Amino acid sequence: MNRASIRVAPVAAQACTNPAIAFDGVRLDLGQRRVIDGLSFDIAPGEFACVVGPSGCGKTTLLRLVSGLLAPNAGEVRRFGATVKGASRDVAIVFQDYGRALLPWRTAAGNIALALEAIGLSRRERTVRVGALLEKVGLAGHGDKYPAQLSGGMQQRVQIARCLAQEPRILLMDEPFGALDALTRQALQDEIARLVKDSGATTLFVTHDLDEAIYLGDRVFALEANPGRLADVIDVDLPRPRDQLVTREQPEFLRLRHVLFDHVQKAH
Amino acid sequence: MSRKHTDFLSFVLPGWLLPVSALVVAETAMRATGIQSDGLALPSRIAAALLDLVADGEIFLRSVETVAPIAIGVLTGGTLGLLIGVWLGLSTTAAQLAWLSIELFRPIPPVAIIPLTMLVYGIGIRMEAAIIGFACFWPMLLLTRDAVASVDVRLFEVARMLGLSRRRQIVRIALPAAAPRVFTALRLTLGIALIVAVTTEIAANPFGLGYAIISAGLSLRPDVMYAFLTWLAILGWLLNVGLTHLHRRLFGATAGEASS
Repeated sequence: MNRASIRVAPVAAQACTNPAIAFDGVRLDLGQRRVIDGLSFDIAPGEFACVVGPSGCGKTTLLRLVSGLLAPNAGEVRRFGATVKGASRDVAIVFQDYGRALLPWRTAAGNIALALEAIGLSRRERTVRVGALLEKVGLAGHGDKYPAQLSGGMQQRVQIARCLAQEPRILLMDEPFGALDALTRQALQDEIARLVKDSGATTLFVTHDLDEAIYLGDRVFALEANPGRLADVIDVDLPRPRDQLVTREQPEFLRLRHVLFDHVQKAH
Repeated sequence: MSRKHTDFLSFVLPGWLLPVSALVVAETAMRATGIQSDGLALPSRIAAALLDLVADGEIFLRSVETVAPIAIGVLTGGTLGLLIGVWLGLSTTAAQLAWLSIELFRPIPPVAIIPLTMLVYGIGIRMEAAIIGFACFWPMLLLTRDAVASVDVRLFEVARMLGLSRRRQIVRIALPAAAPRVFTALRLTLGIALIVAVTTEIAANPFGLGYAIISAGLSLRPDVMYAFLTWLAILGWLLNVGLTHLHRRLFGATAGEASS
């Protein structure tokens, strides 16, 4: 494949370490449609990478390829140097539609515990770990409520806690805050930045919100649609911890916003 | 609490109004015209016959004779249908293999196998239970299959990402997710079982409430016949109320009713 694929050295790249996520000439067809074509990029361990792009550019498909729920038609997807051969407990995924991803017949605590039942922890140990996780995502005291009794933001927190319970090395997030109101979204953005930093997980975060991508990411991958290809990669050189007001007012933030916006405009 | 009380009264009162007035109208009209018929009985005579049947325990004996084969039939046929239904709901290969056989056997009216079961078992509880089991097997199988097959794929993706084994995926995800619809299937199946039981007793098996009804009819005792019919109505109603209540207890809190 001769297409000039864009490879950018990861920000935190160390010599000789395998990238946490590597796409190598990946192509994916779903039925007649070519969803992704000739996609190559690397993401370094511990990096927070955001993916933006118009609808139909294969953002969600990208995550499913990393998770192993889908396999590419050509090329290779690797995690820490190993070819992806299916789902792994090292990889957790936060789905956008928390309403479908939580078990409605289990309480918040029960939903989180599901991740621990898979590895056969004792009931007592599960209770302790679940309690700590509930506290971590700001849901202390809500453990015995059912998803239907929780707000959208709280349900998404439950799903995040369940993913953290896996102690994943890679965290995939598929427009996790897309369905939430602006205030809840900002609060969760700050929390996810903190939680990811604490866990040290490599994060691939899909969003349609350009500001969100710049605010959260170390790098932002812009995709173009039909078929999904890498259009551009921008490095986000904004200091951490970031602040909803200060960061968003910095000239660099505005400049990156401008660059990305132009890009998405062109892609349409 | 008091608001709930008035809600209860206003809900129940109009419901009773119609049948009670119908009985009063029937009683007065029949007494006024002095009508004589083998197909009719005074409501007061029916009530007296019902009380007699309760007093000498006959009605309970006949009920047990009907309920026992229903219990056996639902337990065997229903459980078998449930298990195969789960399997077919989980495996598209199995579902494709089985669909023609199911579509060929399912349309057979359960009462059509009365002669076959009589040959095998003779008359009695086993023969009736076999027919009920056959009748319960198909709806349980089909409804369970559909309930399991329509469990959101997202939940299975979650299970795979969490590293749940196939067995755990079935026990902790598929079965609880399908449970409310399977319970609805059970309610439907019990209704079918009662119909098939009474039909079998009227047509072939000289036991139970069905046989009591046809015996009363043949011996020109419409009051006794109506008493048994009334009893059947009460039994069916209690069964449904009990199951509806149980359904709400089991699944109410998780079915989204507790939101906000």
